[in-house]
Amino acid sequence: MSLDPVTLAVLKGRLEQIADEMDATLFRSAFNPIIAEAHDACHGLYDAKTGATLIQGGTGLPIFVGAMAFAVKAVIDKVAVDGGLNEGDTYLFNDPYLGGTHLNDFRLVRPVYRDGELFCWLASVGHWVDIGGNVPGNYNAKATESFQEGVLIPPVKLIEAGQFRQDIADILTANSRTADSNHGDLNGQINALDLGERRVHALLDEYGIGTVNQALDALSDRAEALMRENIAALPDGTYSYDDYLDNDGVTDDPLLIALDLTIDGDQMRLDFSRSAPPCAGPLNIALSTATAACYVALKHVFNDVPANAGCLRPIEFVIPETTLLGVSAPKPVAGYTETILRVIDVVFGAFAEAAPERANGSPYATINALSLAGHRRDGKRWVMFCFFGGGLGGNPDGDGLNHGNNPISTATIPPAEILESAYPVMFTQWALRPDSGGAGEHRGGVGAVYEIEALDEGGADVFLLGERGKFPPFGVNGGGPAALNRFYYQTDTGEASPPLVSKVTDVHIGKGKRIRLESPGGGGYGDPRRRDPDRVARDVRFGYISRETALAEYGVDIDDAGHVNQAGTSAARQEAAE
Amino acid sequence: MLRPQGMMIGADVGGTFTDLFFFNEAEGRFRVGKVPSTRGDEATGFLSGLTDRDLGEVATIVHGTTVGTNALLERKGARIGVITTPGFRDTLEMRRRDRRRTWGLWGDFVPIADRDLRVEVAERTLADGSIRVPINPDEVREAARKLAAAGAEALAIIFINSYANPANERAALAAAREVWPNEHIECSSSILHEIREFERASTTALNAYLQPLVGSYLGKLEGRLRDEGFGGEFHIVQSNGGVMSVDTARTLPVRTALSGPAAGVIAGGAIARAAGFPNVITCDLGGTSFDVSLILDGTSVLAPQTTVDFGLVIRTPMVEITTIGAGGGSIASVDRGGLLQVGPESAGSVPGPVCYAQGGDRPTLTDANVVLGRINADNPIGGKLDRLDVDAAKAAIDAQVAKPLGLGVMEAAEAIVTVANAKMAGAIRLVSIERGHDPSEFAAMPFGGGGALHAGALIKDVGLAKALVPRFPGVTSAMGCVIADMRHDQVQTVNWALDGLDLQALDRLMVETASEARAVIDKAGVVLERVDILFELDMHYIGQTHAVTVDVPVTVEQGTTGVTMDILRESFERSYKSHFSRLLPGLPVRIVSLRTAAIGRRPHFDLASLKPDEDASLESAAIGSRQVWFDGGWRETTIWKRLSLPIGAAIEGPAILEQPDATIVIDPGLVGEVDSYGNVVIGRIEGRIEA
Repeated sequence: MSLDPVTLAVLKGRLEQIADEMDATLFRSAFNPIIAEAHDACHGLYDAKTGATLIQGGTGLPIFVGAMAFAVKAVIDKVAVDGGLNEGDTYLFNDPYLGGTHLNDFRLVRPVYRDGELFCWLASVGHWVDIGGNVPGNYNAKATESFQEGVLIPPVKLIEAGQFRQDIADILTANSRTADSNHGDLNGQINALDLGERRVHALLDEYGIGTVNQALDALSDRAEALMRENIAALPDGTYSYDDYLDNDGVTDDPLLIALDLTIDGDQMRLDFSRSAPPCAGPLNIALSTATAACYVALKHVFNDVPANAGCLRPIEFVIPETTLLGVSAPKPVAGYTETILRVIDVVFGAFAEAAPERANGSPYATINALSLAGHRRDGKRWVMFCFFGGGLGGNPDGDGLNHGNNPISTATIPPAEILESAYPVMFTQWALRPDSGGAGEHRGGVGAVYEIEALDEGGADVFLLGERGKFPPFGVNGGGPAALNRFYYQTDTGEASPPLVSKVTDVHIGKGKRIRLESPGGGGYGDPRRRDPDRVARDVRFGYISRETALAEYGVDIDDAGHVNQAGTSAARQEAAE
Repeated sequence: MLRPQGMMIGADVGGTFTDLFFFNEAEGRFRVGKVPSTRGDEATGFLSGLTDRDLGEVATIVHGTTVGTNALLERKGARIGVITTPGFRDTLEMRRRDRRRTWGLWGDFVPIADRDLRVEVAERTLADGSIRVPINPDEVREAARKLAAAGAEALAIIFINSYANPANERAALAAAREVWPNEHIECSSSILHEIREFERASTTALNAYLQPLVGSYLGKLEGRLRDEGFGGEFHIVQSNGGVMSVDTARTLPVRTALSGPAAGVIAGGAIARAAGFPNVITCDLGGTSFDVSLILDGTSVLAPQTTVDFGLVIRTPMVEITTIGAGGGSIASVDRGGLLQVGPESAGSVPGPVCYAQGGDRPTLTDANVVLGRINADNPIGGKLDRLDVDAAKAAIDAQVAKPLGLGVMEAAEAIVTVANAKMAGAIRLVSIERGHDPSEFAAMPFGGGGALHAGALIKDVGLAKALVPRFPGVTSAMGCVIADMRHDQVQTVNWALDGLDLQALDRLMVETASEARAVIDKAGVVLERVDILFELDMHYIGQTHAVTVDVPVTVEQGTTGVTMDILRESFERSYKSHFSRLLPGLPVRIVSLRTAAIGRRPHFDLASLKPDEDASLESAAIGSRQVWFDGGWRETTIWKRLSLPIGAAIEGPAILEQPDATIVIDPGLVGEVDSYGNVVIGRIEGRIEA
């Protein structure tokens, strides 16, 4: 018997609230700012047998939303081999080859039993600051094996039949530069699972297991139906898009990320077979990560489809092990964020081929994981670790957002004042970057310039893992590309750029010296020569674009007073048309 | 200055109506009034509600205003200039690197200060408070002159790290004042002395954005009141639920952002306390949203900041109001996945619900209530329309909800109400269960026009103890104006570690800020019973960026607070534990900010004056009965004149109580009883028998 639509609508809200509430609990109680402020975490309910996503919160980090099912599946597989699953157990692990993403992301997976039977799984994932390895914060741009990236914990029981295992916690403590912080985050994640478990039981008390199960099934079916409808609305055919990563941090060769997207009725195939083979450096990702990235891209395109496993049923993934998108241990994966951003970009790119009038320009699409680290006068180590923002793509609705966050994230950036009060640094610029957005009828949002001076006697060691230093974010439907990512550091003799453009290790700056990161904007949407000249003049007045760009890219001649020169504009646009 | 007891007037100017609450202190009598608001010229509407009064007899007028709120939402504030630190002119525009929605990358942001009106002057303060680069007053004056010449009507001076040392900002403010053509000029450390540059910049800039508009509105209004002979006190309700003098409001208009709703919550708290319900969740069902707020032990819960719209953050203590997109105008539809949705899309007031016959063709929650017979189609509340078009509402629900779901039209209408109730219940869970409170210890207090339609269902859905419908749900905010205490909040970031803390310095700072906050209250010259000082500290384990707000139970006596290390530690641990359940022993703790509030307690307002008249009786209240749809079928339902019900009346559901500004639905299985304050207390029938 199918569930009545009213109970279903009510239960949908109740179930989503459980996941949201778990998110909120961890955000409030997490120790490190990457979770507390940047919300680099996620929670949900997962299928007892398959681990498939049943319910996700609305506030979790988008990339985790796609990856969590793999984490739960990893524990299910582990239990299938080892046996011994009990009520009151909680597994912990950070193995990225099983659960996706990278070593910093610690997953806690807990079974929920009802009347002695496994009803579902709850899972919590959060990004911990540091888990050993060669580089504080673990973004080791030069890693060639995961052993250099940090400590890998396979699924182990952190809590066994309700008993917390201090020996496991001690292993974690012994292997991190920021053990207190990790301990605080771990506590927060346990709090979130405790709360989720209580809420699930309360809901089952109220509605009964049969009704809740029916609702879960129905919600998956509906997500599937919606996704099929969305796919069917696209013209049949195969749409290809190729983009590149700058390099793998070890060898300075571009890495191809290639997608052949086939629409066949209400089914879609995403085939990444033409992509580059596994690379030496940390730009590889595991199959689970690649799948999760596709999921994120599709959710941005079809954002009315609910976040559960049903929406993946009409989609076939082809991600061979022979590519850098389907690697296994110990290929390094710390830079996974860059690779998944490119995977998402090529989905946007292929989608723009299929439906250009509904597409957006590529977002800035590099995480720019920057660590500045050193030792204070009292010998204590400090590590400032932060991701930086950039512009989003122009789109059918309007210009792209200036200084937004990446599609894989909803993270807010820590305030400069918080960073300056916590670390011996001073920001000399935290500003929008002119001419960094792609030209378009709807311009790409502009990126940012962050310039930081080292204040301590000991200066600072600099690590950066970024991308888009050689291949800019692309425009769509006639829009132009954004500016490239740029990084500079001051030396005694002047200003230098790293040889690998977007990746930095082994750089030290002295006291009073600065580094400068200039992030890309987003790609443009539509022919820039169709942009309203008055809006171009406004862009010049506000300093989003220069007069030179106005003339060269938009064909708009701005006079010294800042007004549109009609004659010059007509001529320039005429010339471009011919 | 002592003033003889006289008439007090609470006036809440909303978007559609101006609500008035007249209270004669000497006689203990009151009267309520409702006149249409005059958008754009609010003072005229306000005064039209007072025409039959001799304003010379009025001792106090307290005003809740949405002029500031509307200017923010409609982006109609002043053209503002910003002077800031080199490298930081884009703080307002870069926000905290967020985006509008989790899913979907479209949508941009227009900051309230144009980029060419944000200029940098040489200066730099470091995080430890040391001045690396002092300001050059000539350069500041030149920048201010240029901004004024470019059309800026208000000026905000926002320097990085001014929370740690405001010297550069204050010096720049003094220099800029010399050349600035009006009084709309302020620096960020005066508006919000707290770390986090975006939040401080946004609050400061929004204050400047509102200053010319709110300042001129209040000036005009006060002038006209004085012209009409008013010689009493004129006060404004702030978002924190306290009132401030009109002069403070002109300087800090950003603190009026939630003026109206906050007044309602204050009234709700007072009514609930008197009625013996210290724990209450107030629920305001408007046209597009459902706003809930928590009152714990008779005190409303304050939030440290709110987001007015994407990228517009105001950080100043405000009554915490949680809003979800479910109001009377919320549109019911069946999505492509076959799921029934109610809201967040809204028909608004234009075109409005289908039954208003003003061009709306999409069914709303109000349409469902009309079709079910819960709202009286022949006598709609508010008095704007003569009657409602039930048939049109029914046809819209049939076509757009019933047919797609395969339901009958009545079942579909009931489904719309059920789904809307579930959303409202979710909001109540959010503020109660999610914060660790047991809903069975709470009563729901619906106010606004529509809340009482759904209160009974909320009791059942969330497991609340009771619902308490105040006597005049439609004018609760106006009444709150009369009840609210004076209040002034201050914050100062200190960033002091607890280990090695200079206790005397903390004590000195507490005493200082207490006397500053008190001075603001004293300056207003209001009759007060006493002034209370509340201290809170934002504290955390070093390394955390979030802080918990910790009540410090001390008072200033003979020039000291007597604060000790033990008090600080115990207070922190109690508060941390209640938030997160697990302490992190051994880790060092830091005081981030000191929050000081001065509360001037106004003379007690006797709510018993609201009680029903002596001649109220069941006979005079009975209207008759009509068919209303409940639980899958038509039920003969008794209809009553709410205001004519006597104390002690107990009306069993199904019943509907009507009054000019609200409709109360008592579902089957529930009973509504009139208490000695004229409230209707709705509870379960079996509960009453057991009691």
